[in-house]
Amino acid sequence: MKPVQTFTSRTVILPLSNIDTDQIIPARFLTTTTREGLGSSLFADWRYESHGAPKSDFILNRPEAQGCRILVAGHNFGCGSSREHAPWALLDYGFQAVISTEIADIFRNNSLKNGFLPIVVDEATSDWLLANPGVEVTVNVEDTTLALPNGTRVKFPLEAFSRYCLLNGVDELGFLLDRRPQIEAYERQRQI
Amino acid sequence: MAKLAQTMFEKVWRQHEVSAETADTPAVLYIDLHLIHEVTSPQAFSVLRERGLPVRRVDRTLATMDHSTPTRTEQIFGGAPISIESAARQVRELETNCAQFGVELLGLRHNQRGIVHIIGPELGITQPGKTVVCGDSHTSTHGALGALAFGIGTTEVGHVLATQCLLQRKARTLALNVSGRLRPGVTAKDLILAIIGKIGVGGGTGYVIEYRGETIRGLDMDERMTICNMSIEAGARAGMIAPDETTYRYLAGRPRAPQGAAWERAVEQWRQLPTDDGAKFDKEVDIDASTLEPMITYGTNPGMVIPISASIPTRANDAAFSKSLAYMGFEAGAPIKDQPVNVVFVGSCTNGRISDLRSAANVLRGRKIAKGVQMLVIPGSQQVKKEAEAEGLHQVFIDAGAEWRESGCSMCLGMNGDLVPKGQYSVSTSNRNFEGRQGIGARTLLASPLTAAASAVRGRVTDPRELLS
Repeated sequence: MKPVQTFTSRTVILPLSNIDTDQIIPARFLTTTTREGLGSSLFADWRYESHGAPKSDFILNRPEAQGCRILVAGHNFGCGSSREHAPWALLDYGFQAVISTEIADIFRNNSLKNGFLPIVVDEATSDWLLANPGVEVTVNVEDTTLALPNGTRVKFPLEAFSRYCLLNGVDELGFLLDRRPQIEAYERQRQI
Repeated sequence: MAKLAQTMFEKVWRQHEVSAETADTPAVLYIDLHLIHEVTSPQAFSVLRERGLPVRRVDRTLATMDHSTPTRTEQIFGGAPISIESAARQVRELETNCAQFGVELLGLRHNQRGIVHIIGPELGITQPGKTVVCGDSHTSTHGALGALAFGIGTTEVGHVLATQCLLQRKARTLALNVSGRLRPGVTAKDLILAIIGKIGVGGGTGYVIEYRGETIRGLDMDERMTICNMSIEAGARAGMIAPDETTYRYLAGRPRAPQGAAWERAVEQWRQLPTDDGAKFDKEVDIDASTLEPMITYGTNPGMVIPISASIPTRANDAAFSKSLAYMGFEAGAPIKDQPVNVVFVGSCTNGRISDLRSAANVLRGRKIAKGVQMLVIPGSQQVKKEAEAEGLHQVFIDAGAEWRESGCSMCLGMNGDLVPKGQYSVSTSNRNFEGRQGIGARTLLASPLTAAASAVRGRVTDPRELLS
């Protein structure tokens, strides 16, 4: 995983609540056996007509959304299936973070393991961001803040170990493999 | 000093801590059983290959295939090719990965193959007090036996393959206390839908739910699995039910359950698992089951659910709600009953067990499904299929005009091509009514096997109590 420290981007808004992982990437794209190239399937059923042409009224297809790396979404983003293809698709498309008032557990875990930031904010911050699409926001992982163009800085929760892994590009598998002596001791003690 | 009263979740968690969490690091949690399937494992095996790592405990890893597998008999047993080429490739890749890494695979033609959450309990490999994970959110199902079971992503599948452990922060606990007897025609599916309707699709986020109370104690294991299965639909990664005599009776004699003296020792340990008197939960919610009706969803998440006699609610100034009703082609204020139905699906890890098939058959026996309705009955596993056929249930379905096929996830998510056509209404016993879940533009109404079967007979959303004698 590449280190993620700070980044600045304009936002793109998907104000709906309960955007589930079936919307982020529909199941028919899950027969892949690699993690690459899923960006073209991101929000596929909202983004394309049935014959494959982009839907001109969907936000990601509009000129002002191009190049935006921060998605602002309604409450409870990423609910549903455990498919890691969801953060893979968001990252491959070019997103680096999602901001919502609630982010589903499994999606949040999967995101952090891939360097995609799930950012939970209070309702007032969320309301302001939803009401001001396209503003430039700076995400700072070091001090876990969002800097908004109105001058406010908002703290967001980030579990300490995930923050450490993001900042240093540490891969959790390496960390777990280093714990092999403890794992062996545990197995011996339980005689398993 | 008196021992600190603990919840069942805390007991299982403690027993599996290789190292406890600190402010800086999550706990290293040992996983007793890792179930894998074809969709969420290929990229994890690739990581093992890239790093030259073996599967640490092949004896604690069990693979099957269910999501992208065909349900057509000829494509499984008849030598016909799997019709979706990418699905066929995924099936082959799991076969190759299991062979190369020495993982046991209940493969395409194996008589114990089935939906991963059906076969774990069925084989007796899911047991009380175990930690169970799988790259699938409905792993919560296994909690019905008193296991701590939750879904993980593919990166974590790789972690468990390589180390048999996960880095985890401890969840909060939510006690869901259910009292009152379910009325005839009202099932475990209706109960869990009502629970999700009450606490909301994000109401369990960050929690492990323990379902408690007299109503839960009175449910059989198939019903308990239906309840725990949909914990994730309330946002909770895991749902648990304390093991009791019902659990032990269910497990006794199953092929991979402990036998003889080992069984006695295991039961002795399992009896220690239930939550101690006086243990504190972070949150408690009470539900009265005695007033429930059959429940059915009208929108595009499982929290959008109403009693079958009710009307679709009205909610002003709610964009998601309006979008949802527009997708469903429903009008606020209209009754849900008698809405036309095109497709009926009975199956999935939620309602694909033998008792679910018996329920549906009870409604269908001696009846025909309505003209123009397509009904698919998909057993949850090959063992369920065999049992149903031994009881003659398949003949009831076939005589009624339904299709009876091989096991798998099938139309729950349509990865294998079992799809609901665009714009059509499907009454489905599965777990998700998300937009496009059963096919592009498909409109899903989640309900119990009784309601699904009754709706198939009438070709309209039907209260099953009207057809039950």
